[in-house]
Amino acid sequence: MRTIDARGQRCPVPVIELAKALPSMVLGEVVEVLADDPAAAADIPAWCRMRGQAYDGSPSPDTYLVRKLQ
Amino acid sequence: MNFDSASGLALHPAGREALLAALDDGWADPGRLYSSARRARQLLDGARASVAAVLGARPDEVTFTPNGTTSLYAGIRGLAAGRARVGNRVVHSAIEHSAALHACAEHEAVSVPVSSEGRVDVEAFGAALTGGTALACLIAASHEVGTVQPVPAVADLCAAAEVPLLVDAAMIAGRAPVPTGWSVLTASARKWGGPPGVGVLAVRTGVRYRPPYPEDEHELGTAAGSVALPSVLAAAAALEAAQAESAAEDARLRPLVDRIRTSVAALPDVEVVGDPVGRLPHLVTFSFLYLDGEQLVRALDAEGFEVSSGSSCTSSTLEPSHVLVAMGVLTHGNVRVSLSRDTTADDVDRFLGVLPGVVSRLRTEAGVEAL
Repeated sequence: MRTIDARGQRCPVPVIELAKALPSMVLGEVVEVLADDPAAAADIPAWCRMRGQAYDGSPSPDTYLVRKLQ
Repeated sequence: MNFDSASGLALHPAGREALLAALDDGWADPGRLYSSARRARQLLDGARASVAAVLGARPDEVTFTPNGTTSLYAGIRGLAAGRARVGNRVVHSAIEHSAALHACAEHEAVSVPVSSEGRVDVEAFGAALTGGTALACLIAASHEVGTVQPVPAVADLCAAAEVPLLVDAAMIAGRAPVPTGWSVLTASARKWGGPPGVGVLAVRTGVRYRPPYPEDEHELGTAAGSVALPSVLAAAAALEAAQAESAAEDARLRPLVDRIRTSVAALPDVEVVGDPVGRLPHLVTFSFLYLDGEQLVRALDAEGFEVSSGSSCTSSTLEPSHVLVAMGVLTHGNVRVSLSRDTTADDVDRFLGVLPGVVSRLRTEAGVEAL
């Protein structure tokens, strides 16, 4: 699984890194975003909703899974 | 142009006039027996009666505190102390003012979720009022996104469960009718155009309430020490004036906020949040994808528009707004606009003329315009 390490970066940087990775992902692919800015917990799911992608939850602290739907 | 009336308004002209008069006429200690003191007492009683009338309270239920935060702290601690035998649970919405959340956190706090529009889940609120609940706490309208809360429905549930309800009326006092059904009501003068340094705490007659301070002879024993009388007189005059203007101001500001909501929603990659209809007349909040709230605030300030933001980068704690988080909406790139009696339609049009260029420039600078 591909990982985007945005730890130490303040929002909106983790979401921007996620958006930049999207075009190179294939449909159904899951990317793991590592982000320790507290805003990421709200903003990554919100980005998925706004962009029509799937938010697959946070399996561990500062870790967010996003699946490409379109 | 200040677009941040929700943080604090400039003193209403009626409040200014009352303050200047009170500096000459209302300086004496209302607790003394000589002439100027009796005059001060008379003025204080008049202010109390006037504020009580606007809030739907009896004069002897209203006390003045140093600010809205003190009112919330005292109200929550006082109700909890009065009900200590019942239990230590405090039920509150997830979008209370942070001062209320801090006070609730001293107890076994139960947070009730809100919808994506920022309205508290009434059913969940009722279900949370189980045995052992000392009090419940609900903000009348969100200070961050403007959504009006279902206070009457929650008050009915609290009454049925025999749980006292604290209503935080800071955002609606002087703007909209204050709902009934509260056991304790709090407000802050600076939010209605009164001077800073005056809060209101109203405790309904018969409610079990134990003041969290040593009880003294001032303010019916519910607030510590004597009041800042000139400021209280100014606050009362400003509230009366704001209340008298409130229907006309609502009719004037509501369409301006609608105009902002519509224009902003037409920009690329933005989320306009909060209930578009069941909302405060003067406040709107939106978030721009990929933008930094602090940069937006600074760029708009450079263009002459003072706004606030709930983004983490603009808060002293570096945490995003708990209100935006509870709603599940975007927290970065956030702007809150709150209009005042001084805002004109031209000001709003100028803002809407400037905003798209600012957003587009910041996106280009950040290299995110194509994302």
